[in-house]
Amino acid sequence: MTRLDQLRGPANKAKRHNARTISALTGNPGCDRRAVLDAAGIDKVKLAEVIGFPGRFGQSRFALTRGNAFEARLKADDCALLRSVLGAGDAELGYQDLGADSDDTLGDRHDRTVKLLAEAKAALIDHPLLTLEVAGQTVYLEPDLVAYAHHGRLQVVEIKSFAIVDGQAESAKVSAAATQAAVYVLALRDLLGRLGMDPLLVDHEVVLVCPENFAMRPMAVKLDVRKQLSTLRRQLSRLASVGELIDALPPGLTFDLARPAEELTASLGEVTPRYAPECLSTCELSMFCRDEATGTTGSLGRPVREALGGIESVHEVLALASGSQEPSPDQAESAALLRTALRLREEALGPGASLGPPASLGPGASLGTAASVGTAAS
Amino acid sequence: MSTLTALARAQAVASGRAQPIATVRHLHVHDHPMVLVPLAMAGEANAPLAALAGTDPAKPELLVVTQPRDRNERFAFADRLAQLLVAYVDGFADATEDIPIDRGKDVRTRYADAPQLWVPNPGGIDFLRLFGRSTRFRTVDGEHPVPAGVPMLGRWLTFFATSAEVPGSALLLNAVQALGLHWATGQSGAEDAQLGVLLAWIESGAEAAREVENGPVAGPDTDPDFDNRVLAPMIERNAPELPEVLRELMLPTWDRMWRTMTLLRRLPVGERVATRWDSDKDVYTAFAQHVAEGGAPQPRRDGAVAAAARLQRLESAASRYAVQRAFDDPLVLAEYRLAGAAFAGTVTLAAPDRIDDSGKRPVLRPRIMVRTAEVVRVEPGTSLTSPSRPGQKARVVSVAPAGVAGESDVLLELSGGMGRKLVAEPGSVPAVGERLMLTTLSEEFRRSGALPDPAETPWTHGGPPVLAEPPL
Repeated sequence: MTRLDQLRGPANKAKRHNARTISALTGNPGCDRRAVLDAAGIDKVKLAEVIGFPGRFGQSRFALTRGNAFEARLKADDCALLRSVLGAGDAELGYQDLGADSDDTLGDRHDRTVKLLAEAKAALIDHPLLTLEVAGQTVYLEPDLVAYAHHGRLQVVEIKSFAIVDGQAESAKVSAAATQAAVYVLALRDLLGRLGMDPLLVDHEVVLVCPENFAMRPMAVKLDVRKQLSTLRRQLSRLASVGELIDALPPGLTFDLARPAEELTASLGEVTPRYAPECLSTCELSMFCRDEATGTTGSLGRPVREALGGIESVHEVLALASGSQEPSPDQAESAALLRTALRLREEALGPGASLGPPASLGPGASLGTAASVGTAAS
Repeated sequence: MSTLTALARAQAVASGRAQPIATVRHLHVHDHPMVLVPLAMAGEANAPLAALAGTDPAKPELLVVTQPRDRNERFAFADRLAQLLVAYVDGFADATEDIPIDRGKDVRTRYADAPQLWVPNPGGIDFLRLFGRSTRFRTVDGEHPVPAGVPMLGRWLTFFATSAEVPGSALLLNAVQALGLHWATGQSGAEDAQLGVLLAWIESGAEAAREVENGPVAGPDTDPDFDNRVLAPMIERNAPELPEVLRELMLPTWDRMWRTMTLLRRLPVGERVATRWDSDKDVYTAFAQHVAEGGAPQPRRDGAVAAAARLQRLESAASRYAVQRAFDDPLVLAEYRLAGAAFAGTVTLAAPDRIDDSGKRPVLRPRIMVRTAEVVRVEPGTSLTSPSRPGQKARVVSVAPAGVAGESDVLLELSGGMGRKLVAEPGSVPAVGERLMLTTLSEEFRRSGALPDPAETPWTHGGPPVLAEPPL
């Protein structure tokens, strides 16, 4: 049993990665906790539930239906619509669907993918199965792409069902699509490299196929994903060193879901998190980390933390601002700014409207009008 | 994020209550606004699912599309929304007011008031923009006719959504940003985006905010879990109770919209808010007339000249808005003081009758000395303005350290805002002992650059625009 199996708990199957989970890894590269949990393939949704911090992650059935309908439309009649939108008119262009697995090992499909790509003939290759080195182990990528081979080059085609209206689409969705496509580009390049071919045959421009305006008519746009590629590479190389992190963990530490919640919570405490509010939309464990980060300036967002001179705790910020705590030499500049800021706030709002030193705070001490004044920092 | 606002967030964490970041209200809150809470169908390209709309808090009208893929039902929704919205905006197109122009030599007429639309969040504005885009080019005849109100709805929604991009405009407001302009909570901006949570922070504090966190969303996106568990099965079996379920889902948000306005109305209004609302009345008047004259729908994309002109308008509106907010609100001005772009001090010397006769004609140029304990980061020669005398310029003559450590003496020469004679009007020159705020910000009108006629758009910018029938 490897250390990773032990972390996950031997009875639990490792979560498979897909482009979405890998691109999520790039979201918060500084988070050791996520790196360890993902490297071990731990089911974070279940983990969050067990420890009492369930998140709200899910996809609407309507969105899935529409996505599938759009893809089916593109691939109907031997991909007629997809061919026309790609401008791939020549009839020689074969369509190969590597489809479902013949067995459960995925190895067979991967072999077929390799064989097909090695030929590098003009073709649309659907559902190829790729692999990527993540955290020192080879993971299969859940396939959701078409590779478009033409003129000796390979291009990743990403089909998405969000609309492009008058040439514009929601930027968050486009950038998510670009990062996912970059994962495929990287995996394809790795593959070609292993086959002894030139990895740069895989284009850094990917094709995004989306519905145009308000109908289901497709349109194709090219996206340059070089920036996403370099971010991904950096992040994956960082994950490669997750082994050192894992080695540094106390022996016997496990996130086995069969263990009691208190033990799991204590185990999580052994791995340093790096919570930021952005985690709330990308990480299944974020509600737990948010609770843990209560009272830190980082939990208010990076811009807030920076504006407060990078000081970690809210309590300390207020103590420095009120002068009840002497700043250390490297805090001197921030403390002066905070003191001025507090003075200006009090001048504008009148004394008492603003808060004094946190030490003087009892429940309801500040704006004691409502009955339910709680202290979030406690 | 300014340090002042960040500090307010830290204070909110410690006290468990949202903290004020403004001492006055910076936006116009209408006496008769229209509220719109839209819900969109997940996965579809901006297809409406439901909406609560109306001008009476006690009587929201529910609009529902029970079969989202039914084109007729979708356009019936748009038509009903059109009736409500057009009736509301047309209600302002009767009473007019005369505005003197050209220094009182002439007058022009505009509508005496304008409509104001409220949605819960920025997502609501995006929804209206796209809904406007998907309806304004429709035609009531031809191959795919739509009900009569639909194209008109599209024009008005586009008008509102476009005006919402102009800083300081109050024609279309969203509750989340309106609240965020005046209060800081002890959570992140990402969490503030949820109207229910934000409002709970302000009304009752942190604990109440946590309690409503998993409550119904304010749209336009629905909760995936709601979609899968409630909505999908109901749509499948054509459930007759679907409209009621959606009404229940949106009612808390509807209620919060009105509570948001009540909260904002309690704040004293900023002095310059009315002038910005005047600009909104101008914009409304111009567009209402364009529509009344049967004008064309707004183009899909602006041409090069129109885009450049629009950018200029947005930039000047943004800087005017920033200056006006600072002049209206000492707490906003404090941010500039913290950054060294403004300081407060006390007048220690004043020569109100000083005449500069070095030029052809003698001119009144009083000088004052201001002592301040704040950091002064201005060079001699800089023009400063005081919010209490916005029409007067104060040129920095010198900045010297004062006798007391950390304090400075700033010598200023004044011009303007003192009447036309060689003796200053009483009170127009700050007197010794007066506390004065001075800033590099200025309300002065800046002339915008000249742009060519659209027909003369240079080839570098795509040449003159070609008018084409826009596809749907």
